[in-house]
Amino acid sequence: MPDQPGSTAIDIVRVSKVFGAGADQVAALDAVSVAIRENEFFTLLGPSGCGKTTLLRLIAGFDFPTEGHILLHGADIGTLPPNKRPVNTVFQNYALFPHMTVAENIGFGLEMLNKPKAEITARVSQMLKLVRMEALAGRRTSQISGGQQQRVALARALAPQPKVLLLDEPLSALDYKLRKEMQIELKRLQNETGITFIFVTHDQEEALTMSDRIAVMSAGRILQIGSPRDIYDHPAERFVADFIGETNFLAGAVESLDGSRARVRLKSGAVLEAAVPEGFAPNGEATIVVRPEHARLAEGEGAALAGTVETIVYFGTDTHVHVRLDDGGAFTVRRQNSRGGEDVPAEGARVAIAIPGAAAQVLRD
Amino acid sequence: MASAAEIAKAYEAQDVRRRWLLSLPALLIIFFAAIGPLAIVLVYSFLEPGNYGDVIWKFSTDAWVSVVLERDIFDDTLSFADAHLSIFWRSLKLSLLTTLLTLLIGFPTAYFIATRREGTREIWLFLVTIPFWTNLLIRTFAIQEVIRSEGLLNSLLIWTGVIDQPLRILFTDTAVLIGMAYVYLPLMVLPLFASMEKIDFRLVEAGYDLYASRFQVLRRIIVPLVKPGIIAGSILVFIPSLGAYVTPRVLGGGRNLMVGNLIELQFGQGRNWPLGASLSMTLLAIVLIALMVYIRYAGSGERRHG
Repeated sequence: MPDQPGSTAIDIVRVSKVFGAGADQVAALDAVSVAIRENEFFTLLGPSGCGKTTLLRLIAGFDFPTEGHILLHGADIGTLPPNKRPVNTVFQNYALFPHMTVAENIGFGLEMLNKPKAEITARVSQMLKLVRMEALAGRRTSQISGGQQQRVALARALAPQPKVLLLDEPLSALDYKLRKEMQIELKRLQNETGITFIFVTHDQEEALTMSDRIAVMSAGRILQIGSPRDIYDHPAERFVADFIGETNFLAGAVESLDGSRARVRLKSGAVLEAAVPEGFAPNGEATIVVRPEHARLAEGEGAALAGTVETIVYFGTDTHVHVRLDDGGAFTVRRQNSRGGEDVPAEGARVAIAIPGAAAQVLRD
Repeated sequence: MASAAEIAKAYEAQDVRRRWLLSLPALLIIFFAAIGPLAIVLVYSFLEPGNYGDVIWKFSTDAWVSVVLERDIFDDTLSFADAHLSIFWRSLKLSLLTTLLTLLIGFPTAYFIATRREGTREIWLFLVTIPFWTNLLIRTFAIQEVIRSEGLLNSLLIWTGVIDQPLRILFTDTAVLIGMAYVYLPLMVLPLFASMEKIDFRLVEAGYDLYASRFQVLRRIIVPLVKPGIIAGSILVFIPSLGAYVTPRVLGGGRNLMVGNLIELQFGQGRNWPLGASLSMTLLAIVLIALMVYIRYAGSGERRHG
């Protein structure tokens, strides 16, 4: 199959993975399906134990699926051992070989592929340049810093020019500033090499800033697949809305449904226009989510919601206003801070909350 | 009034005294258990043998000469002592083979144990050490029972039809090799396990991920990482093998001597204590050379990892 952009690189077809036997059985993955495109930066996002690392290990070949198929460009690779798959991994702890130099580490994969010496040398120096490690080629991996080890791990995995690069929480061991740098570095590497990246993380911010698409996972299932904006603005399920960013949950009832929009009556009596996820089946009750920065504090009564300001928390770039609604619920509004400032209400003040039409989203569950 | 410097000096002197006093037990043990006896052996090796054992206090290098050379009793010419040299050679050969055999058996054993889950691992280790509970002599006689002509091994081989005549293993070098490999196997397994246990098995996964076959992962990743254990185990097996005495005596049948037996002979029937002493010192020298090789290899291994 040609490697045209947009075609499917990895196709996961109803893959299940069960660990253990008998009464100790644990289902790590439950009939997961996802198609990952060519040249895509695809992120598997979820809390620990959600199955994201298991899925990555199945693609790498360290474990084998209990059921289902893993296709690479249409060919089933689900039963191949890892050394027969044109897929490389960047490990969470880097797993660099301590008895080899930086250059030997990077060249290892090519050496195992029986590439000619000259080609290996050329490719290793190219890789060293790509990750800006030329000066440290002769060092032992124990003599370089964490960030440098990270770069070597990347170069080692990229050197054999895999069809797909798997990254297992590669940034989690780095401190905040280095992590930020490496996020940009990773994006650059992905652009320059044009290789499909499958990135595993539990860090929602990392996922949002780096990915072309994100699959949010929980308890062995993929809950939602979409672009970062999609996932953030239009979470389909409560878990997704809750796991990514901060969210206000409101209870209501769907009054009418028109394609992807619905009119929802809140408990307060106000009626909202809200987006509806695919496959939504109204059954009266519904949960609506509104991101704190999408809601506005409004003057006087008559807005969607009304309540009393409980606490005000200042965050530098913005201010969180926690409001106790008249119906007993809690609601947070985030306001961007600006020089000179609009006036922030005092604690204990009566406020109204306006929700613009595009801000509300109905959840599937 | 004493000046501050004098007081400091007095304290320092007290410190030095205390240091010596504290290390006295260790020094006494080292002197009486190691250096003292060794010095006696060294001195004895330069004396003349008495008629009924013991030594005559008269300086002589005869014993040292006869370690490698033989004086013809008729014309006093010197020639190489073939008997001694062949015994040294056999000891060296059997010890090296024992080391190799225990490594070949011990490596997969240690790997198996190191890759078990925690909890079951301890059980396997415990099983490895069980033979230590039985007296060496009894274990060696047990092997004799297994490998003799009408023994377990031959009966089994004949019964399964692999052979129709019993193999003559007992009282050969092969018997000594089997016996020593059995006795010293745990000494190989334990250090191998100790360094395998430390391996981060994600390195093995990384190897497979980078297109290495099982054999390449073994050769390029596992063996280099386990090298300190391989060296330690080899030394632990090689040194006692070289001086082995009970096993070649019981399984070699007294005809296939090793250095240990040769030395024993000089202090017993041979009544040549100086020769026994000089043979002992020669053995010690061989062991020291082996240890120096070890230190060099292990040292460079450390640097490679560090």
